[in-house]
Amino acid sequence: MFSLDLLLNALVAGILLGGFYAVVSLGISIAFGLLDIVNIAHPVFVMLGSYVAYILNAQLGFDPVLTGVLFAPVFYGLGLLLYQIYYASFERRGAESLRGLVFFFGILFVVEVSLLLAFGVDYRLVEASYIGESLRIGPVGIAYRLLVPCLIGMALTGALYLFLSRTFFGRAIQAVSQDAFALRLMGADPIRIKRLAFGIAIATASLAGALLIMIGPVEPAMNREYIGRVFAVAVLGGMGSVGGTLVAALILGIVESLTATFSGPSWSVAVSFGVLLLVLAVRPAGLFGR
Amino acid sequence: MTVLVAGVVAARLGVNQYYYFAAYVVLQYIVLATAWNILGGYTGYVNFGTPAFFALGAYTAIVLIKSVKAPLAAQLVAGAAVAGVLGFAIGYLTLRLRGVFFSIATLALAVVLQTMFINWDYAGGARGITLARPAVGPLGASYVEFLFVVMLGLAVVAVATARWIEGSWIGRGLAAIRDNEEAAECMGVPTLRLKLVATTVSGVLMGLAGAPFPYYLTFVEPTSVFDLNYAVNSLAMPMIGGSTTWIGPVIGAVLLGTAQQVAMVTISSALNLLLVGLILVAFVILAPEGIVGLVQRLARRRGGGA
Repeated sequence: MFSLDLLLNALVAGILLGGFYAVVSLGISIAFGLLDIVNIAHPVFVMLGSYVAYILNAQLGFDPVLTGVLFAPVFYGLGLLLYQIYYASFERRGAESLRGLVFFFGILFVVEVSLLLAFGVDYRLVEASYIGESLRIGPVGIAYRLLVPCLIGMALTGALYLFLSRTFFGRAIQAVSQDAFALRLMGADPIRIKRLAFGIAIATASLAGALLIMIGPVEPAMNREYIGRVFAVAVLGGMGSVGGTLVAALILGIVESLTATFSGPSWSVAVSFGVLLLVLAVRPAGLFGR
Repeated sequence: MTVLVAGVVAARLGVNQYYYFAAYVVLQYIVLATAWNILGGYTGYVNFGTPAFFALGAYTAIVLIKSVKAPLAAQLVAGAAVAGVLGFAIGYLTLRLRGVFFSIATLALAVVLQTMFINWDYAGGARGITLARPAVGPLGASYVEFLFVVMLGLAVVAVATARWIEGSWIGRGLAAIRDNEEAAECMGVPTLRLKLVATTVSGVLMGLAGAPFPYYLTFVEPTSVFDLNYAVNSLAMPMIGGSTTWIGPVIGAVLLGTAQQVAMVTISSALNLLLVGLILVAFVILAPEGIVGLVQRLARRRGGGA
Protein backbone atom coordinates (compact mmCIF):
# COMPACT_ATOMS: atom_id res chain seq x y z
CA MET A 1 0.00 0.00 0.00
CA PHE A 2 1.97 2.92 -1.29
CA SER A 3 0.93 6.20 0.25
CA LEU A 4 2.55 9.59 0.10
CA ASP A 5 2.16 9.99 3.84
CA LEU A 6 4.06 6.79 4.50
CA LEU A 7 6.78 7.77 2.06
CA LEU A 8 7.19 11.23 3.54
CA ASN A 9 7.39 9.89 7.05
CA ALA A 10 9.88 7.25 5.99
CA LEU A 11 12.03 9.88 4.29
CA VAL A 12 12.01 12.18 7.29
CA ALA A 13 12.77 9.32 9.66
CA GLY A 14 15.59 8.32 7.32
CA ILE A 15 17.12 11.78 7.38
CA LEU A 16 16.93 11.96 11.15
CA LEU A 17 18.37 8.48 11.50
CA GLY A 18 21.09 9.42 9.05
CA GLY A 19 22.12 12.34 11.22
CA PHE A 20 22.53 9.91 14.06
CA TYR A 21 24.47 7.39 11.97
CA ALA A 22 26.88 10.21 11.19
CA VAL A 23 27.75 10.53 14.89
CA VAL A 24 28.41 6.83 15.23
CA SER A 25 30.46 6.75 12.06
CA LEU A 26 32.63 9.77 12.88
CA GLY A 27 34.81 7.62 15.08
CA ILE A 28 35.38 5.11 12.30
CA SER A 29 35.90 7.88 9.79
CA ILE A 30 38.80 9.11 11.89
CA ALA A 31 40.19 5.75 12.97
CA PHE A 32 39.78 3.87 9.71
CA GLY A 33 39.67 6.74 7.27
CA LEU A 34 42.57 8.78 8.56
CA LEU A 35 44.59 6.36 10.66
CA ASP A 36 43.93 3.10 8.81
CA ILE A 37 43.04 1.33 12.05
CA VAL A 38 40.28 -1.20 11.56
CA ASN A 39 38.53 -0.62 14.83
CA ILE A 40 35.58 -2.94 14.54
CA ALA A 41 35.14 -2.55 18.27
CA HIS A 42 33.95 1.04 17.86
CA PRO A 43 30.23 0.16 17.95
CA VAL A 44 30.69 -1.76 21.17
CA PHE A 45 32.21 1.35 22.74
CA VAL A 46 29.10 3.15 21.60
CA MET A 47 27.12 0.52 23.52
CA LEU A 48 29.34 1.22 26.52
CA GLY A 49 28.41 4.88 26.20
CA SER A 50 24.75 3.89 26.09
CA TYR A 51 25.02 1.88 29.27
CA VAL A 52 26.88 4.66 31.06
CA ALA A 53 24.07 7.01 30.08
CA TYR A 54 21.57 4.42 31.27
CA ILE A 55 23.16 4.04 34.69
CA LEU A 56 23.44 7.76 35.28
CA ASN A 57 19.91 8.25 34.08
CA ALA A 58 18.44 5.46 36.20
CA GLN A 59 20.36 6.25 39.37
CA LEU A 60 20.75 10.01 39.23
CA GLY A 61 18.26 11.15 36.64
CA PHE A 62 20.94 12.70 34.41
CA ASP A 63 19.94 13.71 30.94
CA PRO A 64 21.66 11.33 28.49
CA VAL A 65 23.17 14.08 26.37
CA LEU A 66 24.76 15.55 29.48
CA THR A 67 26.23 12.16 30.35
CA GLY A 68 27.54 11.75 26.84
CA VAL A 69 29.40 15.03 26.96
CA LEU A 70 30.57 14.51 30.54
CA PHE A 71 32.08 11.14 29.83
CA ALA A 72 33.72 12.08 26.57
CA PRO A 73 37.03 12.82 28.36
CA VAL A 74 36.89 9.40 30.04
CA PHE A 75 36.39 7.71 26.71
CA TYR A 76 39.14 9.87 25.28
CA GLY A 77 41.50 8.48 27.89
CA LEU A 78 40.31 4.98 27.05
CA GLY A 79 41.08 5.65 23.41
CA LEU A 80 44.59 6.82 24.28
CA LEU A 81 45.21 3.65 26.25
CA LEU A 82 43.80 1.42 23.56
CA TYR A 83 45.92 3.04 20.90
CA GLN A 84 49.01 2.67 23.02
CA ILE A 85 48.44 -1.06 23.35
CA TYR A 86 47.62 -1.39 19.68
CA TYR A 87 50.68 0.54 18.66
CA ALA A 88 53.05 -1.31 20.97
CA SER A 89 51.77 -4.69 19.88
CA PHE A 90 51.18 -4.27 16.19
CA GLU A 91 52.09 -1.10 14.42
CA ARG A 92 55.60 -0.98 15.71
CA ARG A 93 56.30 -4.56 14.74
CA GLY A 94 54.78 -3.93 11.34
CA ALA A 95 52.70 -7.07 11.73
CA GLU A 96 49.98 -7.93 9.27
CA SER A 97 46.57 -6.41 9.78
CA LEU A 98 45.24 -9.90 10.55
CA ARG A 99 46.34 -9.65 14.14
CA GLY A 100 45.14 -6.07 14.52
CA LEU A 101 41.73 -7.15 13.33
CA VAL A 102 41.67 -10.11 15.70
CA PHE A 103 42.84 -7.84 18.51
CA PHE A 104 39.91 -5.49 18.03
CA PHE A 105 37.55 -8.40 17.67
CA GLY A 106 38.81 -9.69 20.98
CA ILE A 107 38.22 -6.28 22.56
CA LEU A 108 34.75 -6.17 21.05
CA PHE A 109 34.02 -9.57 22.47
CA VAL A 110 35.35 -8.82 25.94
CA VAL A 111 33.37 -5.58 26.20
CA GLU A 112 30.19 -7.12 24.85
CA VAL A 113 30.30 -10.10 27.20
CA SER A 114 31.17 -7.83 30.14
CA LEU A 115 28.14 -5.69 29.37
CA LEU A 116 26.09 -8.86 29.09
CA LEU A 117 27.31 -10.10 32.45
CA ALA A 118 26.71 -6.75 34.09
CA PHE A 119 23.36 -5.90 32.59
CA GLY A 120 21.86 -9.06 31.18
CA VAL A 121 20.06 -9.36 27.87
CA ASP A 122 17.14 -7.14 28.77
CA TYR A 123 16.63 -4.00 26.77
CA ARG A 124 17.51 -0.85 28.66
CA LEU A 125 16.24 2.62 28.00
CA VAL A 126 16.41 6.14 29.36
CA GLU A 127 13.73 8.54 30.46
CA ALA A 128 13.86 12.22 29.64
CA SER A 129 11.15 14.80 29.38
CA TYR A 130 11.30 15.19 25.65
CA ILE A 131 11.65 11.58 24.58
CA GLY A 132 8.04 10.59 24.17
CA GLU A 133 6.92 13.70 22.36
CA SER A 134 6.91 14.58 18.72
CA LEU A 135 6.46 17.55 16.47
CA ARG A 136 3.89 17.54 13.72
CA ILE A 137 4.42 19.42 10.50
CA GLY A 138 1.54 18.67 8.16
CA PRO A 139 1.36 14.92 7.45
CA VAL A 140 4.79 14.33 8.89
CA GLY A 141 5.56 13.47 12.48
CA ILE A 142 9.03 14.23 13.78
CA ALA A 143 9.80 12.43 17.00
CA TYR A 144 11.99 14.40 19.39
CA ARG A 145 13.90 11.28 20.28
CA LEU A 146 15.08 11.21 16.67
CA LEU A 147 15.36 14.94 16.16
CA VAL A 148 17.66 15.68 19.07
CA PRO A 149 20.30 13.07 18.12
CA CYS A 150 20.18 14.22 14.52
CA LEU A 151 20.76 17.86 15.42
CA ILE A 152 23.49 17.03 17.89
CA GLY A 153 25.00 14.75 15.29
CA MET A 154 25.16 17.49 12.72
CA ALA A 155 26.60 19.89 15.28
CA LEU A 156 29.30 17.38 16.22
CA THR A 157 30.12 16.76 12.57
CA GLY A 158 30.47 20.50 12.01
CA ALA A 159 32.66 20.88 15.08
CA LEU A 160 34.90 18.04 14.02
CA TYR A 161 35.19 19.43 10.52
CA LEU A 162 36.30 22.77 11.90
CA PHE A 163 38.73 21.06 14.22
CA LEU A 164 40.31 19.08 11.42
CA SER A 165 40.63 21.97 9.04
CA ARG A 166 41.37 24.95 11.26
CA THR A 167 43.36 23.83 14.29
CA PHE A 168 46.98 22.74 14.43
CA PHE A 169 46.20 19.27 15.75
CA GLY A 170 43.44 18.78 13.27
CA ARG A 171 45.66 19.57 10.35
CA ALA A 172 48.40 17.43 11.85
CA ILE A 173 45.98 14.51 11.90
CA GLN A 174 45.20 14.99 8.26
CA ALA A 175 48.91 15.28 7.57
CA VAL A 176 49.74 12.08 9.38
CA SER A 177 47.28 10.20 7.24
CA GLN A 178 48.83 11.51 4.08
CA ASP A 179 52.49 11.09 4.91
CA ALA A 180 53.63 10.23 8.40
CA PHE A 181 57.30 10.41 7.56
CA ALA A 182 57.06 13.90 6.14
CA LEU A 183 55.30 14.95 9.29
CA ARG A 184 58.16 13.71 11.38
CA LEU A 185 60.56 15.71 9.23
CA MET A 186 58.45 18.76 10.00
CA GLY A 187 59.00 18.28 13.70
CA ALA A 188 55.72 16.76 14.88
CA ASP A 189 55.52 13.34 16.48
CA PRO A 190 53.20 11.16 14.38
CA ILE A 191 52.63 8.66 17.16
CA ARG A 192 51.39 11.35 19.49
CA ILE A 193 49.14 12.74 16.81
CA LYS A 194 47.68 9.34 15.99
CA ARG A 195 47.09 8.63 19.63
CA LEU A 196 45.28 11.91 20.03
CA ALA A 197 43.17 11.21 16.96
CA PHE A 198 42.22 7.75 18.14
CA GLY A 199 41.32 9.19 21.53
CA ILE A 200 38.99 11.65 19.85
CA ALA A 201 37.45 8.85 17.84
CA ILE A 202 36.59 6.87 20.96
CA ALA A 203 35.41 10.03 22.71
CA THR A 204 32.74 10.45 20.04
CA ALA A 205 31.51 6.99 21.01
CA SER A 206 30.51 8.34 24.40
CA LEU A 207 28.15 10.90 22.92
CA ALA A 208 26.99 8.50 20.22
CA GLY A 209 26.05 5.96 22.85
CA ALA A 210 24.05 8.49 24.83
CA LEU A 211 22.17 9.42 21.66
CA LEU A 212 21.62 5.78 20.74
CA ILE A 213 19.86 4.95 23.97
CA MET A 214 17.73 8.03 23.47
CA ILE A 215 16.51 6.74 20.12
CA GLY A 216 15.51 3.37 21.42
CA PRO A 217 16.15 0.61 23.93
CA VAL A 218 19.55 -1.04 23.76
CA GLU A 219 21.03 -4.43 24.49
CA PRO A 220 24.67 -5.51 24.17
CA ALA A 221 24.42 -7.55 20.98
CA MET A 222 23.22 -4.54 19.00
CA ASN A 223 26.76 -3.46 18.36
CA ARG A 224 27.08 -6.05 15.62
CA GLU A 225 24.31 -4.49 13.57
CA TYR A 226 26.19 -1.23 13.60
CA ILE A 227 29.52 -2.56 12.40
CA GLY A 228 28.19 -2.98 8.89
CA ARG A 229 26.45 0.40 8.91
CA VAL A 230 29.40 2.29 10.23
CA PHE A 231 31.85 0.92 7.71
CA ALA A 232 29.36 1.38 4.91
CA VAL A 233 29.07 5.05 5.82
CA ALA A 234 32.81 5.52 6.16
CA VAL A 235 33.53 3.93 2.79
CA LEU A 236 30.63 5.60 0.98
CA GLY A 237 31.59 8.99 2.33
CA GLY A 238 35.19 8.61 1.37
CA MET A 239 37.93 7.76 3.81
CA GLY A 240 38.64 10.54 6.20
CA SER A 241 36.19 13.05 4.83
CA VAL A 242 34.01 14.32 7.66
CA GLY A 243 31.57 16.06 5.35
CA GLY A 244 31.41 12.92 3.26
CA THR A 245 30.55 10.92 6.36
CA LEU A 246 27.53 13.11 7.01
CA VAL A 247 26.27 12.87 3.45
CA ALA A 248 26.82 9.13 3.32
CA ALA A 249 25.11 8.67 6.68
CA LEU A 250 22.07 10.58 5.43
CA ILE A 251 21.93 8.46 2.30
CA LEU A 252 22.19 5.25 4.27
CA GLY A 253 19.59 6.44 6.75
CA ILE A 254 17.12 7.19 3.98
CA VAL A 255 17.70 3.92 2.14
CA GLU A 256 17.36 1.93 5.34
CA SER A 257 14.25 3.75 6.41
CA LEU A 258 12.58 3.21 3.06
CA THR A 259 13.51 -0.49 3.12
CA ALA A 260 12.22 -0.87 6.65
CA THR A 261 8.93 0.79 5.85
CA PHE A 262 8.23 -1.06 2.63
CA SER A 263 9.97 -4.42 3.06
CA GLY A 264 10.28 -5.04 6.77
CA PRO A 265 12.72 -3.88 9.42
CA SER A 266 14.72 -7.08 9.70
CA TRP A 267 16.42 -6.39 6.39
CA SER A 268 18.02 -3.12 7.42
CA VAL A 269 21.39 -4.73 8.15
CA ALA A 270 21.39 -6.33 4.75
CA VAL A 271 20.87 -2.86 3.32
CA SER A 272 24.03 -1.43 4.81
CA PHE A 273 26.02 -4.44 3.69
CA GLY A 274 24.57 -4.12 0.21
CA VAL A 275 25.44 -0.45 0.07
CA LEU A 276 28.99 -1.21 1.17
CA LEU A 277 29.46 -3.84 -1.51
CA LEU A 278 27.97 -1.58 -4.16
CA VAL A 279 30.28 1.28 -3.28
CA LEU A 280 33.32 -0.96 -3.24
CA ALA A 281 32.42 -2.39 -6.60
CA VAL A 282 31.59 0.88 -8.32
CA ARG A 283 33.62 3.64 -6.70
CA PRO A 284 35.89 2.48 -3.87
CA ALA A 285 37.11 5.97 -3.11
CA GLY A 286 33.64 6.93 -1.97
CA LEU A 287 31.84 10.14 -2.71
CA PHE A 288 34.37 12.58 -1.36
CA GLY A 289 37.43 10.45 -0.96
CA ARG A 290 40.89 11.28 -2.13
CA MET B 1 43.00 -44.64 10.71
CA THR B 2 44.16 -45.63 14.16
CA VAL B 3 42.39 -42.62 15.59
CA LEU B 4 39.12 -43.79 14.13
CA VAL B 5 39.46 -47.31 15.48
CA ALA B 6 40.41 -45.95 18.90
CA GLY B 7 37.33 -43.79 18.73
CA VAL B 8 35.03 -46.68 17.95
CA VAL B 9 36.47 -48.68 20.81
CA ALA B 10 36.04 -45.74 23.16
CA ALA B 11 32.47 -45.42 22.01
CA ARG B 12 31.64 -48.97 22.96
CA LEU B 13 33.09 -48.54 26.41
CA GLY B 14 29.72 -47.28 27.50
CA VAL B 15 30.84 -44.53 29.84
CA ASN B 16 28.53 -41.79 31.06
CA GLN B 17 26.69 -40.38 28.04
CA TYR B 18 27.69 -36.85 28.95
CA TYR B 19 31.31 -37.52 28.07
CA TYR B 20 30.25 -38.26 24.51
CA PHE B 21 28.34 -35.01 24.35
CA ALA B 22 31.32 -33.07 25.63
CA ALA B 23 33.78 -34.89 23.42
CA TYR B 24 31.52 -34.29 20.43
CA VAL B 25 31.73 -30.55 21.07
CA VAL B 26 35.51 -30.61 21.29
CA LEU B 27 35.75 -32.64 18.08
CA GLN B 28 33.35 -30.25 16.40
CA TYR B 29 35.64 -27.39 17.36
CA ILE B 30 38.62 -29.23 15.93
CA VAL B 31 36.82 -29.28 12.60
CA LEU B 32 35.71 -25.63 12.88
CA ALA B 33 39.10 -24.40 14.04
CA THR B 34 40.92 -26.29 11.31
CA ALA B 35 38.46 -25.00 8.73
CA TRP B 36 38.87 -21.43 9.92
CA ASN B 37 42.60 -21.73 9.92
CA ILE B 38 42.79 -22.71 6.27
CA LEU B 39 41.48 -19.28 5.42
CA GLY B 40 42.69 -17.38 8.45
CA GLY B 41 46.03 -18.80 9.40
CA TYR B 42 47.26 -20.07 6.04
CA THR B 43 45.94 -17.23 3.89
CA GLY B 44 45.63 -14.35 6.32
CA TYR B 45 41.94 -13.57 5.73
CA VAL B 46 39.94 -13.34 8.93
CA ASN B 47 36.49 -14.89 8.78
CA PHE B 48 34.16 -13.55 11.45
CA GLY B 49 31.16 -15.38 10.08
CA THR B 50 31.79 -19.00 11.07
CA PRO B 51 28.26 -19.25 12.49
CA ALA B 52 26.84 -18.55 9.03
CA PHE B 53 28.52 -21.56 7.42
CA PHE B 54 27.97 -23.78 10.41
CA ALA B 55 24.29 -22.86 10.59
CA LEU B 56 23.87 -23.38 6.86
CA GLY B 57 25.13 -26.92 7.28
CA ALA B 58 22.75 -27.48 10.16
CA TYR B 59 19.73 -26.00 8.42
CA THR B 60 20.38 -27.89 5.22
CA ALA B 61 20.33 -31.05 7.30
CA ILE B 62 17.08 -29.95 8.93
CA VAL B 63 15.44 -29.34 5.58
CA LEU B 64 16.55 -32.75 4.38
CA ILE B 65 15.33 -34.47 7.52
CA LYS B 66 12.00 -32.73 7.37
CA SER B 67 11.32 -33.24 3.73
CA VAL B 68 12.71 -36.64 2.83
CA LYS B 69 13.99 -38.16 6.06
CA ALA B 70 17.43 -38.37 4.50
CA PRO B 71 20.14 -40.43 6.16
CA LEU B 72 23.05 -38.75 7.91
CA ALA B 73 25.44 -39.34 5.02
CA ALA B 74 23.23 -37.38 2.64
CA GLN B 75 22.88 -34.59 5.18
CA LEU B 76 26.64 -34.36 5.51
CA VAL B 77 27.20 -34.14 1.79
CA ALA B 78 24.40 -31.65 1.24
CA GLY B 79 25.39 -29.48 4.19
CA ALA B 80 28.97 -29.40 3.04
CA ALA B 81 27.98 -28.58 -0.54
CA VAL B 82 25.69 -25.71 0.37
CA ALA B 83 28.20 -24.17 2.77
CA GLY B 84 30.88 -24.58 0.15
CA VAL B 85 28.77 -22.69 -2.37
CA LEU B 86 28.28 -19.90 0.17
CA GLY B 87 32.01 -19.79 0.75
CA PHE B 88 32.64 -19.51 -2.96
CA ALA B 89 29.99 -16.83 -3.37
CA ILE B 90 31.19 -14.63 -0.58
CA GLY B 91 34.73 -15.09 -1.78
CA TYR B 92 33.83 -14.14 -5.31
CA LEU B 93 32.07 -11.00 -4.12
CA THR B 94 34.65 -9.69 -1.75
CA LEU B 95 38.06 -11.23 -2.25
CA ARG B 96 39.12 -8.74 -4.87
CA LEU B 97 38.96 -6.08 -2.18
CA ARG B 98 41.12 -5.49 0.83
CA GLY B 99 41.18 -8.19 3.46
CA VAL B 100 39.38 -6.03 6.00
CA PHE B 101 36.32 -5.72 3.76
CA PHE B 102 36.18 -9.49 3.43
CA SER B 103 36.11 -9.74 7.21
CA ILE B 104 33.37 -7.15 7.57
CA ALA B 105 31.43 -8.94 4.86
CA THR B 106 31.59 -12.20 6.80
CA LEU B 107 30.34 -10.41 9.89
CA ALA B 108 27.42 -8.93 7.99
CA LEU B 109 26.79 -12.34 6.42
CA ALA B 110 26.25 -13.94 9.79
CA VAL B 111 23.75 -11.28 10.82
CA VAL B 112 21.88 -11.39 7.51
CA LEU B 113 21.66 -15.19 7.50
CA GLN B 114 20.42 -15.18 11.05
CA THR B 115 17.66 -12.76 10.05
CA MET B 116 16.74 -15.01 7.15
CA PHE B 117 16.45 -18.09 9.30
CA ILE B 118 14.45 -16.28 11.95
CA ASN B 119 11.92 -15.45 9.25
CA TRP B 120 11.86 -18.89 7.65
CA ASP B 121 9.07 -20.85 9.27
CA TYR B 122 9.58 -24.11 7.43
CA ALA B 123 12.77 -24.62 9.36
CA GLY B 124 11.22 -23.48 12.60
CA GLY B 125 11.64 -19.72 12.40
CA ALA B 126 12.28 -17.98 15.65
CA ARG B 127 10.67 -20.73 17.73
CA GLY B 128 13.09 -23.32 16.59
CA ILE B 129 12.44 -26.87 15.54
CA THR B 130 12.50 -30.17 17.38
CA LEU B 131 13.60 -33.33 15.71
CA ALA B 132 13.40 -36.97 16.57
CA ARG B 133 16.75 -38.61 16.73
CA PRO B 134 17.06 -42.29 15.80
CA ALA B 135 17.54 -44.32 18.96
CA VAL B 136 20.20 -46.71 17.82
CA GLY B 137 23.10 -46.14 15.46
CA PRO B 138 24.31 -48.62 12.84
CA LEU B 139 27.08 -49.87 15.12
CA GLY B 140 24.62 -51.07 17.70
CA ALA B 141 25.54 -48.45 20.25
CA SER B 142 23.35 -45.46 21.12
CA TYR B 143 22.96 -42.81 18.45
CA VAL B 144 24.93 -40.31 20.48
CA GLU B 145 27.92 -42.58 20.45
CA PHE B 146 27.47 -42.99 16.72
CA LEU B 147 27.48 -39.22 16.28
CA PHE B 148 30.64 -39.09 18.35
CA VAL B 149 32.33 -41.51 15.97
CA VAL B 150 31.03 -39.57 12.97
CA MET B 151 32.42 -36.34 14.35
CA LEU B 152 35.69 -38.08 15.05
CA GLY B 153 35.77 -39.15 11.43
CA LEU B 154 35.04 -35.61 10.30
CA ALA B 155 37.81 -34.28 12.51
CA VAL B 156 40.24 -36.72 10.95
CA VAL B 157 39.08 -35.68 7.47
CA ALA B 158 39.44 -31.99 8.32
CA VAL B 159 42.91 -32.33 9.77
CA ALA B 160 44.01 -34.56 6.90
CA THR B 161 42.75 -31.96 4.41
CA ALA B 162 44.56 -29.16 6.21
CA ARG B 163 47.72 -31.19 6.37
CA TRP B 164 47.55 -31.99 2.69
CA ILE B 165 46.89 -28.39 1.74
CA GLU B 166 49.72 -27.17 3.89
CA GLY B 167 52.23 -29.36 2.16
CA SER B 168 51.00 -28.86 -1.38
CA TRP B 169 51.50 -26.06 -3.85
CA ILE B 170 48.19 -24.63 -2.71
CA GLY B 171 49.53 -24.19 0.78
CA ARG B 172 52.68 -22.54 -0.41
CA GLY B 173 50.66 -20.15 -2.53
CA LEU B 174 48.42 -19.32 0.41
CA ALA B 175 51.42 -18.65 2.61
CA ALA B 176 52.75 -16.31 -0.05
CA ILE B 177 49.45 -14.47 -0.06
CA ARG B 178 49.54 -14.21 3.70
CA ASP B 179 53.03 -12.77 3.78
CA ASN B 180 52.65 -10.23 1.01
CA GLU B 181 49.81 -10.45 -1.42
CA GLU B 182 51.10 -7.93 -3.89
CA ALA B 183 54.46 -9.62 -4.13
CA ALA B 184 52.78 -12.96 -4.58
CA GLU B 185 50.65 -11.59 -7.40
CA CYS B 186 53.76 -10.19 -9.04
CA MET B 187 55.45 -13.57 -8.79
CA GLY B 188 52.63 -15.17 -10.68
CA VAL B 189 50.75 -16.78 -7.82
CA PRO B 190 47.09 -17.04 -8.90
CA THR B 191 45.92 -15.24 -5.79
CA LEU B 192 42.22 -14.90 -6.54
CA ARG B 193 41.87 -18.55 -7.50
CA LEU B 194 43.76 -19.77 -4.47
CA LYS B 195 41.76 -17.54 -2.17
CA LEU B 196 38.56 -18.90 -3.66
CA VAL B 197 39.80 -22.44 -3.08
CA ALA B 198 40.60 -21.60 0.53
CA THR B 199 37.21 -19.97 1.16
CA THR B 200 35.34 -22.83 -0.45
CA VAL B 201 37.24 -25.57 1.38
CA SER B 202 36.84 -23.68 4.64
CA GLY B 203 33.12 -23.33 4.00
CA VAL B 204 32.75 -27.01 3.11
CA LEU B 205 34.42 -28.14 6.32
CA MET B 206 32.35 -25.79 8.45
CA GLY B 207 29.19 -27.04 6.78
CA LEU B 208 30.30 -30.60 7.51
CA ALA B 209 30.65 -29.68 11.16
CA GLY B 210 27.18 -28.21 11.17
CA ALA B 211 25.28 -31.01 9.46
CA PRO B 212 25.17 -33.51 12.37
CA PHE B 213 24.23 -30.72 14.74
CA PRO B 214 20.43 -31.11 14.49
CA TYR B 215 20.61 -34.78 15.43
CA TYR B 216 23.07 -33.99 18.17
CA LEU B 217 20.87 -31.48 19.93
CA THR B 218 17.42 -32.47 18.59
CA PHE B 219 16.37 -28.87 19.04
CA VAL B 220 17.64 -26.11 16.79
CA GLU B 221 16.77 -22.45 16.94
CA PRO B 222 18.55 -19.50 15.32
CA THR B 223 19.90 -17.87 18.47
CA SER B 224 21.80 -20.93 19.63
CA VAL B 225 23.10 -21.93 16.23
CA PHE B 226 24.34 -18.41 15.53
CA ASP B 227 25.76 -18.13 18.99
CA LEU B 228 28.78 -15.85 19.29
CA ASN B 229 30.50 -18.85 20.87
CA TYR B 230 31.21 -20.38 17.48
CA ALA B 231 32.56 -17.20 15.99
CA VAL B 232 34.96 -16.51 18.82
CA ASN B 233 36.06 -20.06 19.42
CA SER B 234 36.76 -20.89 15.81
CA LEU B 235 38.94 -17.77 15.80
CA ALA B 236 40.52 -18.10 19.22
CA MET B 237 41.47 -21.75 18.96
CA PRO B 238 43.72 -21.43 15.93
CA MET B 239 45.17 -18.11 17.14
CA ILE B 240 45.96 -19.59 20.54
CA GLY B 241 47.17 -22.92 19.26
CA GLY B 242 49.20 -21.50 16.42
CA SER B 243 47.89 -20.50 13.05
CA THR B 244 50.63 -21.49 10.66
CA THR B 245 50.36 -25.26 10.84
CA TRP B 246 47.67 -27.94 11.02
CA ILE B 247 48.44 -28.93 14.57
CA GLY B 248 47.83 -25.45 16.00
CA PRO B 249 44.03 -25.51 15.66
CA VAL B 250 43.95 -29.04 17.06
CA ILE B 251 45.92 -28.04 20.14
CA GLY B 252 43.86 -24.90 20.56
CA ALA B 253 40.59 -26.76 20.12
CA VAL B 254 41.47 -29.53 22.56
CA LEU B 255 42.81 -27.16 25.22
CA LEU B 256 40.21 -24.45 24.92
CA GLY B 257 37.38 -26.85 24.22
CA THR B 258 37.93 -29.04 27.23
CA ALA B 259 38.57 -26.02 29.44
CA GLN B 260 35.27 -24.54 28.30
CA GLN B 261 33.34 -27.75 28.84
CA VAL B 262 34.69 -27.95 32.36
CA ALA B 263 34.08 -24.25 32.99
CA MET B 264 30.55 -24.44 31.66
CA VAL B 265 29.67 -27.04 34.22
CA THR B 266 31.49 -25.39 37.09
CA ILE B 267 31.18 -21.63 36.44
CA SER B 268 28.55 -19.83 34.41
CA SER B 269 28.68 -20.13 30.66
CA ALA B 270 28.79 -16.40 30.00
CA LEU B 271 31.79 -16.00 32.26
CA ASN B 272 33.66 -18.65 30.34
CA LEU B 273 33.05 -16.67 27.14
CA LEU B 274 34.62 -13.66 28.80
CA LEU B 275 37.65 -15.75 29.72
CA VAL B 276 38.01 -16.90 26.13
CA GLY B 277 37.94 -13.30 24.96
CA LEU B 278 40.55 -12.20 27.47
CA ILE B 279 42.82 -15.13 26.69
CA LEU B 280 42.47 -14.37 22.99
CA VAL B 281 43.47 -10.73 23.45
CA ALA B 282 46.36 -11.74 25.70
CA PHE B 283 47.64 -14.25 23.18
CA VAL B 284 47.29 -11.90 20.23
CA ILE B 285 49.31 -9.27 22.05
CA LEU B 286 51.92 -11.43 23.73
CA ALA B 287 52.22 -14.68 21.80
CA PRO B 288 51.09 -14.03 18.27
CA GLU B 289 52.35 -17.35 17.02
CA GLY B 290 50.37 -19.26 19.56
CA ILE B 291 51.42 -22.25 21.55
CA VAL B 292 53.09 -23.84 18.57
CA GLY B 293 55.19 -20.70 18.18
CA LEU B 294 56.17 -20.73 21.83
CA VAL B 295 57.23 -24.35 21.62
CA GLN B 296 59.24 -23.65 18.48
CA ARG B 297 60.96 -20.74 20.15
CA LEU B 298 61.85 -22.88 23.15
CA ALA B 299 63.19 -25.64 20.93
CA ARG B 300 65.32 -23.19 18.98
CA ARG B 301 66.77 -21.68 22.10
CA ARG B 302 67.65 -25.05 23.53
CA GLY B 303 69.04 -26.35 20.27
CA GLY B 304 71.07 -23.31 19.20
CA GLY B 305 72.04 -22.12 22.67
CA ALA B 306 75.48 -23.64 22.70
